[in-house]
Amino acid sequence: MSADGSVVSIRGLTKVFGKGGVTALQDIDLEVGRGEFVSLIGPSGCGKSTLLRIVGDIVEPSEGDVTVNGKPARKARLDRDYGIVFQAPVLYDWRTVAKNIALPLEMLGWDRAKRAERVRDMLELVELTGFERYHPWQLSGGMQQRVSIARAFSFSPALLLMDEPFGALDEMTRERLNIELLRIWAETGSTVIFVTHSISEAVFLSTRVVVMSPRPGRVASVVPVDLPQPRTAATREEPRFFELVTEVRESLHATGADEVEETLATEDEIA
Amino acid sequence: MAVRNVRRRIAVFVLVLGGLWAIWEGYKWLWERTGWTRPFRVDDLTLPHLHAIVLQLREPTSTGDDLWLYLLHSALFTARAASIGFLFGALVGFALGVVLAHFDVLRRGVMPYVVASQTIPILALAPIVVRGLGSVTIGGAPPPDWVRVAVIAAYLTFFPVTVNTLRGLRSADPWALELMHSYAARGWTILWKLRVPSALPYIFTALKIAATASVVGAIIGEQTASISNGLGGAILNFNQYYVLEPKNLWATNLYAALVGIGFFLVVLLAEKLVVHRAPERLV
Repeated sequence: MSADGSVVSIRGLTKVFGKGGVTALQDIDLEVGRGEFVSLIGPSGCGKSTLLRIVGDIVEPSEGDVTVNGKPARKARLDRDYGIVFQAPVLYDWRTVAKNIALPLEMLGWDRAKRAERVRDMLELVELTGFERYHPWQLSGGMQQRVSIARAFSFSPALLLMDEPFGALDEMTRERLNIELLRIWAETGSTVIFVTHSISEAVFLSTRVVVMSPRPGRVASVVPVDLPQPRTAATREEPRFFELVTEVRESLHATGADEVEETLATEDEIA
Repeated sequence: MAVRNVRRRIAVFVLVLGGLWAIWEGYKWLWERTGWTRPFRVDDLTLPHLHAIVLQLREPTSTGDDLWLYLLHSALFTARAASIGFLFGALVGFALGVVLAHFDVLRRGVMPYVVASQTIPILALAPIVVRGLGSVTIGGAPPPDWVRVAVIAAYLTFFPVTVNTLRGLRSADPWALELMHSYAARGWTILWKLRVPSALPYIFTALKIAATASVVGAIIGEQTASISNGLGGAILNFNQYYVLEPKNLWATNLYAALVGIGFFLVVLLAEKLVVHRAPERLV
């Protein structure tokens, strides 16, 4: 992939926390092309969330370069080039669902009518029409995370950064939201970087899975996912899906990531 | 559901009221019966009947007004000074909290003085403030009495508001701050859209404390300034004649309590209107 077509370009990135302290990330090189859906997977503490935060200019790298849309990460943040979704919904309790979704639009100085129109579209997109006047605590966890996704997509950022957004949800809700997210991704044509520690989630969602090693985090391998789009519940039952899950799993094993085995065990039980 | 809750609350309130009445009257009855003198002798002088205190409100006072009207005027005078002092103190307290939350160096330097301001007994400070303000002239005339009283009320109000504003502003969720950062939000936007709303439950907790403290502050302010139009003056006056008519002082206390409760309820109502939080997340 040429660097020109990249939404995100990471070169020689290293992150050390503290003075001469822990090396969280080492020599990361990664290109993410327009319209891609790239998952970062790895054991706890491998720095995948840190990598995401560096791309978003929330954390600064110790060495190396990150460009977003051809600009330095700082410039891209100031230009509001990306939307972010956290592990928790991070909704403002004192705002209604509609006003939570409108928050970034207020920052961008959209007028009231334009905001209302976009909020309506977004609610439709995440299938929450009718809930605009609710407060976040009146919604279930899955609905709250959908509001959070609507907020991130509301201003049509070129890039979506998602940090284990479904980690706290039950398996059923997670699978439903996986399909919903793919639909939104296809409809909006955005680029997504998605952090997860679920192998099946990574394979199901992504166009590429980036497998990271335990600390210090490096890119251990990149697994292209050639499952056809659009993906449906049936995708999870295709032989190719299982082959890819196995491939990612073996890559993870090769990194010596012991913690992942627990995740695997529970996933096998469910399957 | 909601109606049942309201009914239950009213029932509990009435029950507690009845319980307090029973304790008061029961204590009085038993001690008078047995002639016990510990911890203190009980008679109509030390512990009048509750119904007698209420009936006393219909008796005329030396001013010519009935007691209930006289106390009403006093209570309104005190309430005016206390509410203006409360509003002023709350605003100053909030502003100070915002400034201190933003400048670390300033906070470390100023906070000890803020704390020290509250360790000075109000009884020692009030006369100084009241006398000092008495010598100030605004437009050729000294400020009206209630202004001096309001300053004391404000003095007692600002402290809890400052401390809780400071705490509340720093209670914003770190992820929510990252979210604001991702929007390239400026400090001012973060303050008004995130930090202040996050701090509101804390601030209202402080306002509830301050609401009652401002009434106490106003009463003490009146007494040290020898201002006789308010409840502070009424307390001093009736205290002098306590042996002749103890029920007047008790009735005054009742009014003072009602003003304090009224202030508290106003803050509570404002909180219900302003603060939208999950019930379990209210401080």
